[in-house]
Amino acid sequence: MVNKLLNFFEQLGSGFRARLIKLGAGTRLFFLIIIYSADSFKRIHLTIKEIYFTGVLSLVIIVVSAFFVGMVLGLQGYYTLEKYGSSEAIGVLVALALVRELGPVVTALLFAGRAGTAITAEIGLMKATEQLSAMEMMAVSPVARIIAPRFWAGMISMPILATIFSMVGILGGYVIAVIIIGVDEGAFWSQMQANVDFHNDIVDGAVKSIVFGFACTMIALFEGLDAPPTAEGVSRATTRTVVISSLAVLGLDFVLTSFMFV
Amino acid sequence: MKKNLVSIEKLSFDYGKESLHKDINMEFARGKVSAIMGGSGCGKTTILKLIGGQLVPKSGKVVVDDAVVHEQDRSGIFNLRRKMGMLFQHGALFTDLSVFENVAFPMREHTNLPESIIKDLVLLKLNAVGLRGAHKKMPAELSGGMARRVALARAIALDPDIIMYDEPFAGLDPISMAVICDLIRTLNDALGATSIIVTHDVAETFSFADYVYFLADGVVAAEGSPKELLASKLPFVKQFIHSEKDGPVPFHTDAPSYKSDLGL
Repeated sequence: MVNKLLNFFEQLGSGFRARLIKLGAGTRLFFLIIIYSADSFKRIHLTIKEIYFTGVLSLVIIVVSAFFVGMVLGLQGYYTLEKYGSSEAIGVLVALALVRELGPVVTALLFAGRAGTAITAEIGLMKATEQLSAMEMMAVSPVARIIAPRFWAGMISMPILATIFSMVGILGGYVIAVIIIGVDEGAFWSQMQANVDFHNDIVDGAVKSIVFGFACTMIALFEGLDAPPTAEGVSRATTRTVVISSLAVLGLDFVLTSFMFV
Repeated sequence: MKKNLVSIEKLSFDYGKESLHKDINMEFARGKVSAIMGGSGCGKTTILKLIGGQLVPKSGKVVVDDAVVHEQDRSGIFNLRRKMGMLFQHGALFTDLSVFENVAFPMREHTNLPESIIKDLVLLKLNAVGLRGAHKKMPAELSGGMARRVALARAIALDPDIIMYDEPFAGLDPISMAVICDLIRTLNDALGATSIIVTHDVAETFSFADYVYFLADGVVAAEGSPKELLASKLPFVKQFIHSEKDGPVPFHTDAPSYKSDLGL
């Protein structure tokens, strides 16, 4: 019994310590990225190429998901609001839900699944096939050449994708509410205009998407570099990227929301 | 100019808690092809990583061109590495770049040469390894032997003083093997470089190396020219050169008695 208890504490301690070490290594990676960013911006085409991969190629999934999310919001919102005779407020509901929450959060979740996993798998395989070592031996820093461009691409793409998500989502809500159900178009837009605040809603939503972009990109990069150089190691790292990113996004969302909107 | 371009003095290195090298001394003479041989897992590749400054020794030092490798700061190490070319075991080509871009990579990173000169240089290097015709291919389209030759062209892109080869023959067919052997010798002599090869292929290495070190149990078990080693009476060297399966290096790993493991 005593032994079991001791074992439990031992495992708790070593698990905590292992995570603390990872956090430290991740922080170190972040500072390395900042230090090597100037170097990496000298070859700006690398960052632009990564923006194309993480941002532009994510557009399809973002636009399609946003449109459906917007349509669902339009439907659900209409049925609820109609009970209270305020179906004109549907525009506000759709816009606020998207700009404040669903835009940044769903984009970040999709981003982790599409771009984050790709980053982790690519870097993990580069490490496993000694490409990163080879680069080091050629006196070229992999942080400047591989890591930093992907970091900045994630940081730049994520807020833009979240903005596009919100815009397309609002369009989806508009299609359902105005075109299909027949809510008054003027009321839809004017209520939205009157009740969505630039500072409190749009800027706060943008801040969220920047924070999520940072979290998802850093997690993906770190997991890739941290992956053991085997097939199993890379596959586990890819899974971890999705799981940890998703949890981080949802957790951070709660923290940010409680600071911003309360 | 000192005779030895690379020297390893009293080097010890630990992997985790296990000690891998104990007080190793090695000298790599300028302009020569030297080989480090030994069984799998005896720390041959680690020596290349120590020379390249990717690992730090526990004690002792590695001196490259009069500079102690692990005492350099990052830019010092990068400066040393510009004098080195390394061929990795599986080539380690950048899979997202074409053959041409792979060889051009070190030139683009470290020089400001105009595109026309880079093109000429890359084709020159690829011609030296016989793959000028493959410059448009992607690494995935190459065979193992070809990939290694491209990696060799990349390793010599900046005409290094030291060329290091990590298991250059592993997994190659006999023809590719002969080609690589020939390339190592010709490139070394043509570039006036110093080559260090890590390998366990006896016949190939002995056919062209100038000097050979044998590593076993973390120490240099034997050293000398291939001729001297072939005549060596040391049991380990004899076992290794003639590939006998039992000898000083046992067939069985350490284990409790067979009987007790089977519960008899």
